[in-house]
Amino acid sequence: MKAVTKGSSRIEPVVFHTINTIFMLFVVAITLYPFLHTIAVSFNDGSDTLSGGIYFWPRDWTLENYRAVFISGTIYHAAFISVSRTVLSTVLGVFLTTMLAYTLAQSHFVLRKKIGMLFILTMYFNAGLIPNYFLIKELGLLHSFWVYILPSLVSAFNLIIMRTYIRGLPGSLTESAKIDGAGDFRIFWKIIFPLCTPVLATVALFIAVGSWNAWFDTFLYASSDIKLSTLQYEMMKLLGSTMSTNNDPSLLAGNQHNQAQALVTPASIRAAITIVTAVPILFVYPFLQKYFVVGLNLGSVKE
Amino acid sequence: MSDAVLDKQVKKQKTRNRRVDPEIGVSLSWKTLKIQKQLVLMSVPIAIYLLIFNYVPIWGWLMAFQNYRPALSFGQQEWVGLQQFRFLFADETFLMVLRNTVAMSFINLVLGTVTAIGLALLLNEIKVKFFKRIVQSISYLPHFLSWVIAAGIVATSLSIDDGIVNIVLMKLHIIQEPIMWLSEGKYFWGIVGASNVWKEVGWGTIIYLAAITSIDPSLYEAASIDGAKRFQKMRYVTLPGIKATFVILLIMNIGHILDAGFELQYLLGNGLTVDWSQTIDIFVLKYGISMGNYSLATAAGIFKTIVSVVLVFIANYIAKRLGEERLI
Repeated sequence: MKAVTKGSSRIEPVVFHTINTIFMLFVVAITLYPFLHTIAVSFNDGSDTLSGGIYFWPRDWTLENYRAVFISGTIYHAAFISVSRTVLSTVLGVFLTTMLAYTLAQSHFVLRKKIGMLFILTMYFNAGLIPNYFLIKELGLLHSFWVYILPSLVSAFNLIIMRTYIRGLPGSLTESAKIDGAGDFRIFWKIIFPLCTPVLATVALFIAVGSWNAWFDTFLYASSDIKLSTLQYEMMKLLGSTMSTNNDPSLLAGNQHNQAQALVTPASIRAAITIVTAVPILFVYPFLQKYFVVGLNLGSVKE
Repeated sequence: MSDAVLDKQVKKQKTRNRRVDPEIGVSLSWKTLKIQKQLVLMSVPIAIYLLIFNYVPIWGWLMAFQNYRPALSFGQQEWVGLQQFRFLFADETFLMVLRNTVAMSFINLVLGTVTAIGLALLLNEIKVKFFKRIVQSISYLPHFLSWVIAAGIVATSLSIDDGIVNIVLMKLHIIQEPIMWLSEGKYFWGIVGASNVWKEVGWGTIIYLAAITSIDPSLYEAASIDGAKRFQKMRYVTLPGIKATFVILLIMNIGHILDAGFELQYLLGNGLTVDWSQTIDIFVLKYGISMGNYSLATAAGIFKTIVSVVLVFIANYIAKRLGEERLI
């Protein structure tokens, strides 16, 4: 009896770890497959893709899909708008969030609780789509580039992350500066801000990703203005057209002003745009990875 | 959570420091505001920004009690009391939309939590650090992609002629011929749930893994000495250890039970599945922006907000009674 338990306790971990490893590989495969498939389709001849059977690897190599994407001027302009809004939102958002978080981390600040409460409430409390739409309209932000920047500059979640982090910094760092007569803004800018690098990276990533991925604001506030179209919005339009026409290649010729006839199809164009849109994120994220784990955990700590 | 306790200690200490420092008064007065001029300048403009973008629109709620017509001035609007709300709850479309929202939200909440905890438990058992990190990095990659990209991927994977889902199911002889997944309402909730898991499970595990890591290792040693097996340790040490995290996330999520997500439903829904795919947000968009029925759409929005706030307070109260960590 004893021998049996001993034997099973030696085998059990091996069985468990094998199954667990296989399961993890399965998770990896399920997550990665759609990307590999999309990359393969984006490099594969459009009409050949229609005959099916493309999995991980292009069968009939071509750069035609990417050429078709980049041939139209819209994509460059959309990319320019996407990059501009992302950079501007991130720079402004990070600066303002940190500055506000600094003031809310000062326990002697008289308005700390009041302003803090105003922000926390916004996490659950929202006027709703229609009143917001009217506000944007009243502010004259419809069909304006600023509609991408202003409404979402500072979010409660990022604020909580920053404040928690700043509170955790040792108070002695600022005390000597205070004795030397430095004002709060100087302390914030010269001492606190540079110390926040890891959490700054986190918040910057959150803001940048949110801004880069947004399409609904274009849809709602600027859809009639092609000059304000973003990459995601172009994707969204393309998704709509490919889903409703069920891969009808004739649609594309008119849509993309493309002379290449059946060489490219909506599905292959979509694959190419997907890759173009996803690449910037896939590129920055490994560098920022170690930071956002910290950020997320800071965010879950209350008060 | 121990952080909260720590936080309280820090707070106590700071209160003490405050008393020692005679220079700074803490009561709200013009004098204090003047002393703290810089802090005020650094925060009040941002607070005003917040008031404009988050609180000023609440004025718009008045529309829900009117029969709002854009051509008329505020004074000329017709006041109708609760008529819009009465209409809303008598409207079959709205009730269906409400059902869809709650159902999909509930599916996302349960499925999302269970898979995140499950994956965290299993990841925690991986001893090869490198492999663990690789799996983790890959699993939360989809979180950073937009729903537009994700919806495209879902549509491709489910497509009738070349979708991987149909291919795999047919190769395994589970189905005989390809299923038109996106054309039938009965599959829609499941597709949304599965898509959410695919996109967010890795992200969800981050916080649970951190919670597991912070469990005192001596508890595991003690359990081992008592003869606990792997699954018993998971059940009696790990799961209780992440209970606080679970509760706080549950409270945070319960407030969002009427946010079933909007983008995926909007992007994947079509005329055939409309009875299953429409959520409150889509309803508001359709009635409000497309059809110009601002009053009804605003009423639906108000309903959503009020339910969210009430739910958060209830969840928070229950957590307090159970002696758990709470949010507010």
